[in-house]
Amino acid sequence: MSPRATTGARAAGGTADYLDQRTGIGLAVKSFARKIFPDHWSFLLGEIALYSFVVLLITGVFLTLFFVPSMGVVTYDGPLATMRGQEMSEAFASTLHLSFEVTGGLLMRQIHHWAALLFMASIITHMMRVFFTGAFRTPREVNWLVGFVLMILGLAAGFTGYSLPDDVLSGNGLRITDGVVKSIPIIGSYLSYFIFGGEFPGEHIIPRLFTVHILLVPALILALVGLHLFFVVLHKHTQYPGPGRTDRNVVGYPLFPVYVAKAGGFFFVVFGVLALMGATMTINPVWNYGPYDPSPVSAGAQPDWYMLFLEGALRLMPGQGTEWVIGGFTLSLNVLVPAVVVPGLLFTALALYPFIEAFATGDKREHHVLDRPRNAPVRTASGVAILTAFFVLILAGSNDLLATHFDLAINDITNVFRALLFVAPVVAFWATKRIALGLQRKDRELVLHGHETGRIVRFAHGEYVEVHKPLDDYERWLRVQHEPRRPIEILPAEDERGVRRKGYRRDLLRQRVSRFFYEDRVEPVTPRELAAAHSHGAHDSLPTEGSAPAQIGSDGAHRGPDDEPETTDSTRIDVVHG
Amino acid sequence: MKAIAARRHHRFAPAVLLALALLLTGAVYAALAPSAASAAAPSESDIEAGEALFQANCATCHGPSAEGRDGVPSLIGVGAAAVDFQVSTGRMPMQMNGPQAMAKPPQLDEEQTRQLAAYVASLAPGPAIPTAEQVDTTDADPANGMAVFRTNCAMCHGAIGKGGALSEGKFAPDLSGSTPTQVYEAMLTGPQSMPVFNEANLSPEDKRDVIAFLEEQQAGSPGGTDLGAVGPVAEGLWVWVVGIGLLIGLSVWIGAKSS
Ligand code: HEC
Ligand code: HEM
Repeated sequence: MSPRATTGARAAGGTADYLDQRTGIGLAVKSFARKIFPDHWSFLLGEIALYSFVVLLITGVFLTLFFVPSMGVVTYDGPLATMRGQEMSEAFASTLHLSFEVTGGLLMRQIHHWAALLFMASIITHMMRVFFTGAFRTPREVNWLVGFVLMILGLAAGFTGYSLPDDVLSGNGLRITDGVVKSIPIIGSYLSYFIFGGEFPGEHIIPRLFTVHILLVPALILALVGLHLFFVVLHKHTQYPGPGRTDRNVVGYPLFPVYVAKAGGFFFVVFGVLALMGATMTINPVWNYGPYDPSPVSAGAQPDWYMLFLEGALRLMPGQGTEWVIGGFTLSLNVLVPAVVVPGLLFTALALYPFIEAFATGDKREHHVLDRPRNAPVRTASGVAILTAFFVLILAGSNDLLATHFDLAINDITNVFRALLFVAPVVAFWATKRIALGLQRKDRELVLHGHETGRIVRFAHGEYVEVHKPLDDYERWLRVQHEPRRPIEILPAEDERGVRRKGYRRDLLRQRVSRFFYEDRVEPVTPRELAAAHSHGAHDSLPTEGSAPAQIGSDGAHRGPDDEPETTDSTRIDVVHG
Repeated sequence: MKAIAARRHHRFAPAVLLALALLLTGAVYAALAPSAASAAAPSESDIEAGEALFQANCATCHGPSAEGRDGVPSLIGVGAAAVDFQVSTGRMPMQMNGPQAMAKPPQLDEEQTRQLAAYVASLAPGPAIPTAEQVDTTDADPANGMAVFRTNCAMCHGAIGKGGALSEGKFAPDLSGSTPTQVYEAMLTGPQSMPVFNEANLSPEDKRDVIAFLEEQQAGSPGGTDLGAVGPVAEGLWVWVVGIGLLIGLSVWIGAKSS
């Protein structure tokens, strides 16, 4: 700024000073701005979720200006020839009005819906990133739970939104929901009457869904996103393993200006991609489906992709013999199992995973350096197995399209998927674990023997050897920094005086789980092994380029080259934020 | 030709062209209208020619007098409409054994199809080929057509007739390539797995409205590319491919810019 500050600048400075003297906000802003964020593309996945949510809010507000959440019946007299004179709910009529008469309405609808699909897709990919890198470990288990609830809320937001236009597809979805709710033993029919305010479909469901969709769920998401990000700042962000990166520091760029500029720019990138999709790709053409009426169901009736696994589970479940009548009460296992039990198991396993793994390792320490997925073979394999099951269910939910597009018989597809649902996750688990262990072995090889150079040297006595080039410090660090994880040892069943020990059974269970996780393992190279490898085999020590000695297992202080980005060292265990 | 090319820009050219076009339309109408009438009362020679064609192309399966046999339906009483539909869509003569007879380029030309239809119609009364005005949609009501389609057709053919799967490899085909006459005939005769919608079931007006609704679909989607118009599964696929794909690509690019 020029030395002669303008009146405006002086006023702003004065106000800032005033605020600062009374709130001490300057310090907070300063320390916040100095927060270090590590940089990696996969850390932007959470941001994609965040920004698609912002886009959802912006476009959603526009849509509420025109949408009429009412099931009152009107006769359509708008411009659409295929609807003229038809009776429909005000909700559906206003959706058509939005699409064909409101300027920019269709674009807004389409951006909103694409953003909803992207929101869920980015939440899932973000969750995958967090899962496969072990970012959920202490102290972030609670933030994992917050994230998990956000995912469920995302599903709720998507589902309630999908149901609002009151077209045939959304009505079909509600009909299935009604069936699922009714399949719950004892309370099912009461619950259904409560939700729909009487017999399905009634006249209350759209206004109710509207309130949930535009008020309840977004408010909860907003609050929890706030908490989620607060935790990210509080715990600081994790970082990928690399030279100089330890559980006691964060290597990266300060939040301000680098990260803020990048993140701000990225918002416009996400908005841009969504606008492009909304402008060029039709989504949810409700005018094709027509106004809801409980009788018709069209072929190709499917939910949005994130609900497709439920549809798939329902399609795979055999219908005959799975509906039991016990003492005059119907137990609809054909609906209950696929629509309540399967997702219940899946979601419970996901929510509790950090705690299951902590139980198996018995590890209560904080972890801020991420795992390479190969270094946690059972975790990685479990994740891949869950994704495989999820994917099989998604395909099963699209079985009619697979049949028509690939000339297959829908009955065969369904039977194959029934088997695959059980077989594929096991195979995926086994294969992934093998691959992860194999990659670890390859890492060991590389660290001990270096890269093959393809250079063959003949010694004076006639022996041929290939020259191996030792790894440089970065490469070696990446491959040896992790701690070996071994199954835990437990105390014997009886103490030294021969008395049965309390808690032995729990320990035994823990030992079993721990064995499942860490029985098969590849130990990282120790400094001693490395030294031994270097001193034997003369060929490995043939000079290639300036090779540095192994640097392993030292205290974890600075060790990378000096051109590294800024680091801040902080003791994570007792951080106090001002 | 040269003479025409030279006079192309003559100031009377549009008027002459218009007159020619009118003449042509008139001639075509004159030629077609009686032929529709002749479908109702075909000539002896048509029936004879049809029988010969039948013996050559169809009798191996449908039997020498069209009485059918195991697995192949009798054609007695199916009417001209069924033959016209099956032959003009290329489904008959059937070639491959499969879950259902497949549409393919027609094997017989229009003249031959008409003769075959005349022959089969002569065996016993059955639904006739719809006339030009039966499938004329100028003052049809596409909104009623959509309502009728939604309750009667969409459960197999999908919301706007893009097709759908049936059991055991059978399927309801995409209707976007079908002519109005074929759509009408299909409703009338119920080919393959399709049920019959006779004139008492769905009035001729309803059928015409359905055709009008299907014609509306030719205009394309107001929202941009329709992604195959197969519903949310395609949308889900594209959000991963375009949305997540593009954004991860850009994330990697941004990530690479910093370090
Ligand atoms: C390879 C054996 C085969 C040949 C050749 C064949 N058809 Fe067929 N046709 C069938 C079978 C099988 C069906 C039943 C198919 C179905 O419903 O999917 C059928 C059905 C039909 C139907 C529908 C009957 C109804 O109930 O609506 C008509 C019309 C027909 N054929 C006409 C013909 C004509 C005309 C020819 C000769 C140009 C012909 N077919 C040649 C096997 C044959
Ligand atoms: C509304 C949905 C969500 C939003 C907007 C969101 C946003 C974010 C953002 C911006 C970050 C920091 C950058 C990053 O690491 O990507 C983050 C981190 C994190 N998220 Fe989410 N997230 C959401 C859902 C989830 C879900 C479903 C989970 C898992 C169940 C989850 C678990 C975590 C964890 C554990 C971290 C800390 C990661 C680390 O420090 O490495 N989040 N989230």
